[in-house]
Amino acid sequence: MVIRVGGEGGEGVISTGDMLAQASARAGLEVLTFRTFPAEIKGGYAMYQLRVSTEKILSQGDTFHVCVVFNGEAYEMNKDLLAPGTVLVYDSPGGDFQPEATEGVIQYPVPMTKISKVDLGSPISKNMVALGAVMQLFSFPVDSLKDLIKAKFKKKGESVVEMNLRALEAGAEYVRSHLKKVDRFYVQPAQPREDRIMLSGNEAIGLGALVAGCRFFSCYPITPATDIANWLSRHLPKVNGVVVQAEDEIASLGQVIGATFAGVKAMTGTSGPGLDLMVELLGFASMAELPLVIADVQRGGPSTGLPTKSEQSDLFLAAKGGHGDFPRIVLAAATIEDCFYLTIEAFNLAERYQIPVILLSDGALASRTEKIKRPDLSKIRIINREAYSGGGEYQRYAVTETGVSPVSIPGQDGGRYIATGLEHSETAAPKYSPDYHEKMTEKRFRKIAALEDESPETECEGDKDGDLGIISWGLTQCAVREAMKECADRGLRVRALYPKLVFPVPVKAIQRFASTVKKVLIPELNYQGQFAELVAVHAGVNAIRFNLYGGLPFTPAQIREKITEVIK
Amino acid sequence: MEISQPLKPKDYKSDVPPIWCAGCGDYGVLASLTMAFSQNNVKPSDTVLVSGIGCSSRLPYFVTTFGMHTCHGRALPIATGIKLAKPDLRVVVVGGDGDHFSIGGGHLPHAARKNIDLLLIVMDNSIYGLTKGQVSPTSRPGMATTTTPYGSPDVPVNPVAYALVYGASFVAQSFSSNTKLTTDLIGKALNHKGFAFINVISPCPTFNKVDTFEYYKPLLKNIDEIHPDKGDKVKALSLAITMGRNNGEVPIGLFYQEERPTYVEMIQEIKIRNKGTDHPELGRIMDILRP
Ligand SMILES: Cc1ncc(C[n+]2csc(CCOP(=O)(O)OP(=O)(O)O)c2C)c(N)n1
Ligand code: SF4
Repeated sequence: MVIRVGGEGGEGVISTGDMLAQASARAGLEVLTFRTFPAEIKGGYAMYQLRVSTEKILSQGDTFHVCVVFNGEAYEMNKDLLAPGTVLVYDSPGGDFQPEATEGVIQYPVPMTKISKVDLGSPISKNMVALGAVMQLFSFPVDSLKDLIKAKFKKKGESVVEMNLRALEAGAEYVRSHLKKVDRFYVQPAQPREDRIMLSGNEAIGLGALVAGCRFFSCYPITPATDIANWLSRHLPKVNGVVVQAEDEIASLGQVIGATFAGVKAMTGTSGPGLDLMVELLGFASMAELPLVIADVQRGGPSTGLPTKSEQSDLFLAAKGGHGDFPRIVLAAATIEDCFYLTIEAFNLAERYQIPVILLSDGALASRTEKIKRPDLSKIRIINREAYSGGGEYQRYAVTETGVSPVSIPGQDGGRYIATGLEHSETAAPKYSPDYHEKMTEKRFRKIAALEDESPETECEGDKDGDLGIISWGLTQCAVREAMKECADRGLRVRALYPKLVFPVPVKAIQRFASTVKKVLIPELNYQGQFAELVAVHAGVNAIRFNLYGGLPFTPAQIREKITEVIK
Repeated sequence: MEISQPLKPKDYKSDVPPIWCAGCGDYGVLASLTMAFSQNNVKPSDTVLVSGIGCSSRLPYFVTTFGMHTCHGRALPIATGIKLAKPDLRVVVVGGDGDHFSIGGGHLPHAARKNIDLLLIVMDNSIYGLTKGQVSPTSRPGMATTTTPYGSPDVPVNPVAYALVYGASFVAQSFSSNTKLTTDLIGKALNHKGFAFINVISPCPTFNKVDTFEYYKPLLKNIDEIHPDKGDKVKALSLAITMGRNNGEVPIGLFYQEERPTYVEMIQEIKIRNKGTDHPELGRIMDILRP
């Protein structure tokens, strides 16, 4: 079941949705949330969508089954999506609008404003009244919700807890005494499980960093990446780590560079505008062969663009941004689990190849919360950079077969070198001769020449000889996975490839995949078809492009329709 | 950080010979720096020299400490990262007036006010040396340079006044050929807790024919006598403004020194308050995320 709550920002939309999500997760259900924020601090339309199921959830879904609207604006935003069989819960009598009677849409009026304002004398409890009504209508777990309310308002005092519980009960009571349930939507009970955690994409990146051994994080606040910093600020000090808010993104990457040079695993988190500013130092880090991680939580661009929305449009910048020829690695997360495991992978690759690694996430993933299996830390492998062990004259940039040279850290006797952005010799002395620039450029690129072979195999599913093969990256994979299931049910012959490494392009996997299908489709959230272009140039595979660039993620239905259209 | 067998100044010089022009003021700064390292028993392997881009920023190659030669203007944030990640390292930043007052000018206020425990030495030649003679933020008004052939329309920055206002806890100015004073000030700064800034006027005889050794020598005035109380920030600022570079006398010496908590100390305190450990039970942190 998918339930959507809409209203004015600051009206409790997000906290109502959050409580439903948390309560469902506690009660053992799988949960995946999706939200949009207004770019304004107060006011503007805010939306929180929650999908609950007893089974693993793949995406945010196509549309909602139940829509709870707090005001007329939220109704206007959603009324075209109210299909026959869907449910509308709204504020009436006493609200600011009357919905049109739409054929087949089930309407439950609940006087949220009136109950909170008149009956309870507490206008700010409107969302709790709504929560109570929703709980009663769709059988959300009462006990979990009450526990959450108690925990949430404990700090504000007994009377606040009391008022919220009364509002919850008032909403539920109104439903019991005034409404007759005619829809078929219920939250089914499930078995609570110990081994689950619930977190957002940004929190998962923070947790991944912590587990990977990151002990230095510097950032400059930017939506939608800031929550990584917020989370790490609270937790890094517990592991003797440091979080700094720098004066700008150039400085934050600068600090990360200093920290990793000093031997401490370090990371920054930003969004497109910040990554723009970092590009010069990104080249420096690659030239000086310093391991580091940049999480780029993409938003709609260019310029300030759509700060609170999602796009997959920083790929060119991440993969190609910067002057001169230098290697870097770009990974893309599609799920909350990816945010966690790929952050660790990003650190491992950075350390192994002494190279900057960019992890791409996006606005939708950043704030989406999802229940995932609690990671088993004993199974996670952590890689550290190859250390210089002393002896002989130290050559920081010794030309080796793999391209990787052992690295010393300051404080190490005999390990002295100058980390430099100038072209240099093996001992890091400036050296501009043609043979050195060639030799050293080749050395730096050699480090990741076999990256694809050294990485886990790219995941693939579906029919061996497909009429169509879909290659998707990042968030779009969620909608593709769900669409694939439905296509299989309908007997369509479709195959899908899900790369996590997006640059260097996993050429072998893509060519192998392309050779097993008749046509290739690449759906992505950008105008230019950025991955499709990289795939064409690097793998020589010309795909049919399917681009959305409105700021919202693909729905499974959009993918499904495209598949049907292309196969025909 | 102390070592038993004291190293001589020449022991701090690497086998890379400086690439500076004959007569460049930066030689004096290099001599003073190695002298101060020697006098203060600085251990090369525990020290990092960080620079940006410019003639002056080549200095780390010529010294036996660890070093970073980074991007134009970015030495301060990089040095900040080193210090905050590994507080036991001694961090010294060197560079030019273009590096620190123009392209990197946005970083100086923050390293200063955060009181990051490091020393910044600016070799101020009032010209862009490496790019061959363009106007710099400390070039005097009306100065003809390759990009201002009809005279610079800009009002120059006052490095000492800026550093004071930004909140540097140690602020000094010196002159390249006065290696005794420069060595002494670097020594004091190395023993200072917090952000130390020394602006060393360091002539570029190749591209700046105005701000020469000969021009400065008669104008230099040590301020110790007229400004004995180094904790008096108002007096320091007033001297920096009234004795600015184009007002006749050029003030050199220590302007200001205060003791206040450093960023490293504050971070240390946050770690202690959070019972920071190098052997954390990450599972416990993960438990916070249980629904
Ligand atoms: C981003 C960037 N812009 C421009 C340059 C070119 N550049 C190199 S050094 C320099 C200025 C040098 O002046 P200063 O910092 O005062 O140092 P000096 O050479 O005088 O010691 C400039 C503009 C560069 N390296 N990087
Ligand atoms: S150009 Fe000027 S600053 Fe550069 S080395 Fe020569 S004299 Fe020194």
